[in-house]
Amino acid sequence: MRRLQLLGWSAVGTVLCALAVPWFLWGDSTIVAGLPLWLWWHVGWMGLASVVFWTFAQRAWGIGIEPGHGDDSSDASGSETSGLERGDRSSRSAPGGDRP
Amino acid sequence: MSVAVQLGIIVGYLLLALAVGLVAYRLTDRTAEDFYLASRTLGTVVLLFTTFATLLSAFTFFAGPNIAYAQGPEWILVMGLMDGIIFAILWYVIGYKQWLLGRQYGYVTLGEMLGDRFGSKRLRGLIAGISLLYLFPYVMLQQVGAGTALEALTEGAIPYAAGAGLITAFMILYVVVAGMRGIAWTDTLQGAFMLVTTWVATIWVLAAVGGPGAATEAIASSEATSGFLSLGSAYYTPQWMLSTAITIGFGVAMFPQVNQRFFAAGSKTVLKRSFALWPILCVLLFVPSFMLGAWAAGLEVTVPEGGNVLPIVLAEYTPVWFAALVIAGAMAAMMSSSDSMLLSGSSYFTRDLCRPTLAFFGRALSERGEDLIARIGVVVFASAAFLASLWNPATLFELGDAAFSGFAQLALPVLVALYWRRTTRTGITAGILASQAFYLLSLFLSIVPSSYAGWTAGVVGMGVGLLVTVAVSLITTPAAAERRAIYFERLGAD
Repeated sequence: MRRLQLLGWSAVGTVLCALAVPWFLWGDSTIVAGLPLWLWWHVGWMGLASVVFWTFAQRAWGIGIEPGHGDDSSDASGSETSGLERGDRSSRSAPGGDRP
Repeated sequence: MSVAVQLGIIVGYLLLALAVGLVAYRLTDRTAEDFYLASRTLGTVVLLFTTFATLLSAFTFFAGPNIAYAQGPEWILVMGLMDGIIFAILWYVIGYKQWLLGRQYGYVTLGEMLGDRFGSKRLRGLIAGISLLYLFPYVMLQQVGAGTALEALTEGAIPYAAGAGLITAFMILYVVVAGMRGIAWTDTLQGAFMLVTTWVATIWVLAAVGGPGAATEAIASSEATSGFLSLGSAYYTPQWMLSTAITIGFGVAMFPQVNQRFFAAGSKTVLKRSFALWPILCVLLFVPSFMLGAWAAGLEVTVPEGGNVLPIVLAEYTPVWFAALVIAGAMAAMMSSSDSMLLSGSSYFTRDLCRPTLAFFGRALSERGEDLIARIGVVVFASAAFLASLWNPATLFELGDAAFSGFAQLALPVLVALYWRRTTRTGITAGILASQAFYLLSLFLSIVPSSYAGWTAGVVGMGVGLLVTVAVSLITTPAAAERRAIYFERLGAD
């Protein structure tokens, strides 16, 4: 399940990269509302990318990085503070100095 | 009149920045981690804008619109792809993982993170050395830019050496006092300022020429620029656009001042929000500033050799004070990029080169001692770059110009190490050395081509680095001192 999710998100990322430049409009010079159509596509695509990134951050953040993340969406909010805030203050070996 | 206004605005800006720095100084702990990373506490807006302002300031105002003026506005697509999407994805893939590791193990620099994993002080020194190799000339170029701009602005009243020296002295003072927190705060002010002035400038110019429809119509009807509106040209080929977006996008993530910001986020939520806002911010800034450059070409604004298009357009269509404000802002922005670079350069130098060397001789540094050395490092780094800028040697100029592609060569070996347990010390070292050697040779030796069927040597070098890292890792065994599990265990989980 997690592997499938990871593959899915990787595919989404690839598509986002692939179509940020509208290759299918290559050589096209249609003007819409004062700007080239290809520029409108790009503006819309970046808006879409932002929405996709937001969805990813809400639903799947941590996938591929945090072990055990993504099996169950309810643990995403749980691990938000618990693992990090608690674990690292006490246990990290801090060459850069401790927090006050 | 305009010179006085511009100087007044610049001086005003410097004083404001210094005030912000002093406030930041009062909140500072005397530790290196606070000096370099603001104790890992930056919030969403500050982190987003400081990264953004650090990266793109001078380019957005000067070089970017110049390219759009000369070649057409397709650069917007390249910028959107590289910064809005590729860099945003790396923000998660490299940045989030680095942030977790940084919190867990207290890393401050990239070299430290890799040196710890591979049990190698040499690797750590290598990463710092390569980074400084590109960073130093890049800082020097900023000083050259600022000194030249100040000379042009005052019509020679402030000669180049005095202007560049003044700016260097100010930056040293500011960085030494304020550290990361102060820099991040002024960057935020500056980012917001850039965004607002760019839009006001665009609306102002468009109102003067009769709206975007008329401005675009002028591009289409002018003979020189009629090709600008169709996507692609002999300059903007697909290979070139992709090569540029890929090398700069990956290069950005390895630029010390950006990479170090991955460690400085205050929380996971901050990283998430910045990640989603990235593409929007790119569109908001690049579309107006680059379209201004392209529209200027259609409106047949003439730019003298070596001049910048944006100031000329503004001078033609907006009042003097407003044009002055934008130019002064752009110059200040140039300085704000340099100060972040100084800080990061100094941290690489002190932590990855000085400290291990001292340790080798059996000396250890206290926290306050390291904080002090960090500040001295800023002074040394900035002064050396200033001295170099006085005679601006051609080799350094070329290295600074190639910095993005040079940093991009580090990205894939680092990514492999972050996500593949089988990476060995020999593998990553070989990968880094091979791609750097290839790229530097393509830069300086004519027998190594700089273009491969339209793809740049930067992209090809990245491929070389990836292949060598994986292949050498497969045929070598890990060294005894390697800590192979630390990038994978306990990350973010209890």
